[in-house]
Amino acid sequence: MVSTASSLKLNVKDLSIRYGSTLALEGASFAVRENEIFGIIGPANSGKTSFIRAINRMDEMTPGMEVRGDIEFNGKSVTDWRNLYALRSRIGVVFPLPVGLPMSIYENVAFAAKLRGVKGKADLDEVVERCLTRAALWDEVKDRLDSLGSLLSGGQQQRLTIARALSQDPELLLLDEFSIAVDPVTTMRIEEVLKELKQEMTIVLVTNLTQQAQRLADRTAFFLEGKVIEVGDTADLFKGKTKDPRTTHYIEGRFG
Amino acid sequence: MTNETEDPLTGAALLRSAGDRAADSVSGNQDGVMFTATALDQKNARTERGYHSLFLVMSIALILPVVAILALLVIRGGPAFSWEFFTESPRANFTEGGIFPALVGTLWLVVVALLASVPLGVAAAIYLSEYAKDNALTRLINLAIINLAGVPSIVHALFGLGAFVLFFDFGTSILAASLTLAIMTLPVVIVSTRETLQAVPQSFRMACWSLGATRWQTIRKVVLPNSISGILTGVILEVSRTVGETAPVMFTGAVLFTPFLPQGVLDETMAMSLHLYMIATVIPDVPPEVPYGVALSLILMVLVLNSASIGFRVYLRGKKKW
Repeated sequence: MVSTASSLKLNVKDLSIRYGSTLALEGASFAVRENEIFGIIGPANSGKTSFIRAINRMDEMTPGMEVRGDIEFNGKSVTDWRNLYALRSRIGVVFPLPVGLPMSIYENVAFAAKLRGVKGKADLDEVVERCLTRAALWDEVKDRLDSLGSLLSGGQQQRLTIARALSQDPELLLLDEFSIAVDPVTTMRIEEVLKELKQEMTIVLVTNLTQQAQRLADRTAFFLEGKVIEVGDTADLFKGKTKDPRTTHYIEGRFG
Repeated sequence: MTNETEDPLTGAALLRSAGDRAADSVSGNQDGVMFTATALDQKNARTERGYHSLFLVMSIALILPVVAILALLVIRGGPAFSWEFFTESPRANFTEGGIFPALVGTLWLVVVALLASVPLGVAAAIYLSEYAKDNALTRLINLAIINLAGVPSIVHALFGLGAFVLFFDFGTSILAASLTLAIMTLPVVIVSTRETLQAVPQSFRMACWSLGATRWQTIRKVVLPNSISGILTGVILEVSRTVGETAPVMFTGAVLFTPFLPQGVLDETMAMSLHLYMIATVIPDVPPEVPYGVALSLILMVLVLNSASIGFRVYLRGKKKW
């Protein structure tokens, strides 16, 4: 039997996040299991993105952002990871708006591998092709890997960002409303990829589209105004088996 | 083809609706779709034209003095130009010969000053922009930079004399003069570099950090490659200022006349700015076109140095990546 501690990828304990005097998230406690897709839904300003930023300790790079409480990653508090960069390299992040780094497509995807110390051209080529293929971008860019990542279209840049996150071989993939800048067809293709990736990694999917959480997430948390209203099996939540009526109201689109 | 058949129709429709609109605005009827300019629209358009002209006139007014100065210098200093003027030392108590040693000396001063101030200034700017937390120390440093920029050059000169010439015992030398110039221009380099670094979108840094890159890896791979052209702008400004400064060099390294070209940084040297000051105010019987010629050379020198860095900048911007 696997112990409960090790099968939890993230264990969030009484997490509060504030920016100066503004409280973004308050008293959040829940767990994300190994190899699940964990959906987070909720209207704007409910603390979803702040939570994502706290996981890889982005607060240390953000003036005014203050994190209280604890997040355990693999059973160990993220603040106990002495080497911040080792922690971050295990966690892939995709932001709502695509960020093609100002370097070539190839360099964008090879960057994380290079940071890890991969040097061989063949190894890097392999990483680039594998990750771009997974992010459903390889066919569109394989003939122009040397052109600038930042010159791709918005949707392509977002897939490039996903490829870059995958190139880290992350244990945990954080997707923050990745589909905002992507067309519906590509969104579907990426969703298929995410279902496969679940075998290899844990995925936290913040989304504005409740339908997307329903399609992908094993379990879903509902955030509202800086509080975690409830966490449950996605199937249950979408069948109306909720503990808090506000969750059902949000899912049914009555507010938010 | 279809346009021709439709034109009369649309034209008529347009006319009719224009008439309706006129009637609407006359009668104050706001229900219809309004296409005519309201009083507010017209006022905004007038204001817009007013400000447009104001800014245009101002920028032309700025160019005029520059053109006037250049024209004056070319007309009055041009006749002094000759091969001899640029290749020979002054003779006969500065009334004959050329400015070659001063030209070489100024180049030495500029280059050594750049070698000192650019690495120092860029490093300080990187610290302030990329590493420093917003705390009392950072604010103090920022305050110091602003104050350093406001110190008159003659004060820098006396500081250079005390610190470099006497205390460090460099003597009156290129080293002492260039370090004085470097300290004087440091704030320009720091401020312009910091501005440029901060113009690199924060999202690039966030993306880099999430990949596990350290701050330095982020700076080296993403921030610096995308701000190098802006950093060069600061350097250009610094060059212009360094070439023309007289006070800081006259106490620390520049001399009125020396028959020798500098062989190293511990030599004293002639400098264009001091040379111009002396022949224009102190030395008797200098032919009138000579000071203008020296001034023109000084400006040309700034232009040549600047165009080199502007050229490099344009080359880099061609490779700009977002």
